[in-house]
Amino acid sequence: MTDWIDIGTLADIPQRGARTVQIGGGKEIAVFRTGDDHVFALVNECPHKKGPLSQGIVHGHSVACPLHNWNIALKTGEAQGEDTGCTPTIAVKQEDGRILIARPQMAQAAA
Amino acid sequence: MEFQVKDENRTEAQADILMPFEDVREHLVVVGNGMAGCRAIEELLARDAGRYRVTIFGAEPYVNYNRIMLSPVLAGEKTFEQIVINDRKWYDDNGIDLIAGDPVTMIDRAAKTVTSQSGRTMGYDKLLIATGSDPFIIPVPGKDLPGVISFRDMKDVDTMLAAADAGGDAVVIGGGLLGLEAAHGLTLRGMKVTVIHLMDTLMERQLDEAAGWLLKSALEARGQTILTGANTEAIYGEGKVEGVRLKDGREIPASLVVMAVGIRPATALARDAGLEVNRGIKVDDHMVTSDPDVLAVGECVEHDGNVYGLVAPLWDMCRSLADGLTGQHSGYKGSVTSTKLKVAGLDVFSAGDFSGGAGCEDIVLRDASRGIYKRVVVKDDRIVGAVLYGDTADGGWYFDLLKRGATIADMRDLLIFGQSYAAGGGALDPKTAVAALSDDAEICGCNGVSKGQVVACIEKGACSLDAVRAGCKASASCGSCTGLVENLLAVVLGDDVQSGPRTMCKCTSFGHDDVRREIVAQGMRSIPEVMHKLHWSTPDGCSSCRPALNYYLLCALPGEYQDDQQSRFVNERMHANIQKDGTYSVVPRMWGGLTNPRELRAIADVVEKFNAPMVKVTGGQRLDIFGIRKEDLPAVWADLNAAGMVSGHAYGKSLRTVKTCVGSEWCRFGTQDSTGLGVRIERMTWGSWMPHKFKIAVSGCPRNCAEATIKDFGVVCVDSGYELHIGGNGGIHVRATDLLCKVATEQEAMDYCAAFTQLYREEARYLERTAPWIERVGVDYVKRRIVEDEAGREALRARFLFSQQFMQDDPWAQRAAGANSDLHQHLDPISIAAE
Repeated sequence: MTDWIDIGTLADIPQRGARTVQIGGGKEIAVFRTGDDHVFALVNECPHKKGPLSQGIVHGHSVACPLHNWNIALKTGEAQGEDTGCTPTIAVKQEDGRILIARPQMAQAAA
Repeated sequence: MEFQVKDENRTEAQADILMPFEDVREHLVVVGNGMAGCRAIEELLARDAGRYRVTIFGAEPYVNYNRIMLSPVLAGEKTFEQIVINDRKWYDDNGIDLIAGDPVTMIDRAAKTVTSQSGRTMGYDKLLIATGSDPFIIPVPGKDLPGVISFRDMKDVDTMLAAADAGGDAVVIGGGLLGLEAAHGLTLRGMKVTVIHLMDTLMERQLDEAAGWLLKSALEARGQTILTGANTEAIYGEGKVEGVRLKDGREIPASLVVMAVGIRPATALARDAGLEVNRGIKVDDHMVTSDPDVLAVGECVEHDGNVYGLVAPLWDMCRSLADGLTGQHSGYKGSVTSTKLKVAGLDVFSAGDFSGGAGCEDIVLRDASRGIYKRVVVKDDRIVGAVLYGDTADGGWYFDLLKRGATIADMRDLLIFGQSYAAGGGALDPKTAVAALSDDAEICGCNGVSKGQVVACIEKGACSLDAVRAGCKASASCGSCTGLVENLLAVVLGDDVQSGPRTMCKCTSFGHDDVRREIVAQGMRSIPEVMHKLHWSTPDGCSSCRPALNYYLLCALPGEYQDDQQSRFVNERMHANIQKDGTYSVVPRMWGGLTNPRELRAIADVVEKFNAPMVKVTGGQRLDIFGIRKEDLPAVWADLNAAGMVSGHAYGKSLRTVKTCVGSEWCRFGTQDSTGLGVRIERMTWGSWMPHKFKIAVSGCPRNCAEATIKDFGVVCVDSGYELHIGGNGGIHVRATDLLCKVATEQEAMDYCAAFTQLYREEARYLERTAPWIERVGVDYVKRRIVEDEAGREALRARFLFSQQFMQDDPWAQRAAGANSDLHQHLDPISIAAE
């Protein structure tokens, strides 16, 4: 069973922006809200040089990493275009106006 | 704008029916609110706007949209609003009653009425059937399971988007145009996609084997699984789709199955009404069916034994239909079709008959490493077919030659290299190439606009790309013909064409200068407004165009524009410089490089209090505090504010520093008070956002210790006054400044500085430093504007100072007081107690 954690409401995240959340001792998680109000959660690290994706410009369902402008697909965590690499994603859902994310597996979070 | 059609509109339409004698015109009822039905009405309105009273029934609850643009909507490149062809206003302006979301279910030809699903019955004088086609569903077990859909309308797109949100695997049955577009869109939306195709070659109706193989390899490289020669036996699943089983026993799991094996004319309504129907509804050369008062047009018809599933023939049919309805009998002669499309960013073109046969000869060019394949099929010195893959630039030219039946005997040896080599002997530039096209050559395939129509639109006064788009719809949909339209503008107008040389980014076909001009000319006030009015191809831009638009609006509307934080690069959003480990560095402003014990103590205290691992003197004569976490930034700024310091904007496309030497106050060589002037210039210019970073320096004598001749604006003091230098840069490409002029007083130096800064702010493109800007426009241009035009200089200076009233508000103080605190704080998870 997935263990869901309530991290707040849609309004807590700016549209076309992101907030970060720390769960236990795991890696920081970036929670994104797109222009069409979809919510995605990824480990807050670019696959390239670990730039904090939460600080990038969100466009469509992608984010441009603030360090070197790699574009990462929010749904899959995959780098787009010519770049290759993948950021782990975390399951997320919206329920009754709340945003819930799956508790990351400790093995993955510690990896 | 409103797209969903509400109930009030239906009531109005019903009210209309109760008073049929009010309008004495003949009543034309259209069954089908799609591309064919509405295009026919557009053509009719263009010929004789008042002749018929028009009512349109549509099955979908929307206004008329461009069905062939559903693929970009699925792929996330367009929004629904962007693919609307005629909005609600078009129906209102032309007095057309739209009954949307209520399909016609019966035609009574004897009574001359139609009846809709909701039971509404309406009389007609002329009836136009434009029901299009239905997706063909292969009769396999499981075809009705939830999760099995076709790809035909907006509802299908919504279903696919919902499925993609849940993630997982998708199977697309059918490797034709529609299937591959569905597969591409779903792949972009994050699904793992398998394409099942019965034939051995993808898109076998448009491509030959070689081009189909290239396409397959390229799609596989993009992560799709392509199974050709694969026969579907069943779709399986308990209560919903779980996968597809092939005849050879293989099972492919999937939570979504898109059936895109083909379409068939939607003829049931016509057949039930007793009209003559074969494969499609049979029509004559004016689109009249076996009943003289019933017409039909589009994919649902059969003309001279042919049924068409592409958009181009539809435009021809609608012209003939409108001619017939208005008493000009031109007559449809059938269409030769071509296909030009992009699948997953790959260009594909085909036209005519490329199956070969007696008397046909192939001319083939292959360049495997560049992924280019071209094949032209020639018979009796005339082109009868063409297949292009990878480079389709010459598709229009081949198609034009094919349609005209032009002889290629004298250019046969160069034909395959394209128009630039084969026509006219020497290499043609693109303008000459487009000029050589015939008037009926198609320019815009999405909207069926010929070269002659584009030229007529330009000659009627459209002198920019945007005006052409508004005037005749060429280039207004997918944009792949934008280059052709721009070349036509250049050919027709010469130097009068209003367009920029390069586009801002892949989201738009407009250049920076066009966008800025339109923002001012149309008084646009927000980023979404710009994107909407200028036909952006993406829903909310990208990391290139959004910061640029934010700046252009900020510059155009000082004090009014609401800065969009989400369109700022991280440093400008966080008002600090991000470092490779994700922490920030903080640089407080030191006016002209001066500091004092109080500031130095405050900096020292901050370093200790927040355990900053490093402090460094910058190249701009100030101190940089490293290793601050985003959560601590507001507290750091509060402490620095308390000592009287403000943001140094070391992070911004903005005024950075004013570097000074000590000047006449201390230096034995100093000629003027360079330090004092530097401080005063910095007090005037700080806080101003710019196209790029902007550095100033003031040197007290020609020894130039402040290095003013590699700054964006440099002042070198001399005995008799102040030399003003512009456009220097000390970065990758070192550029020494150009001398702008020499002035006598400190006040003049300040005024020229303000005017120059504003000229740069208003006219340079975003991310263009002063050095390349001046190289582009020429230093003489800047001299004319700043030195020779006194009134212009004064106006620029006044605009700069006006704008500065709103800019000189320390962003650190705002954040320290709590503004945008969400940018600095983590979210607080609730059920963390379970840890």
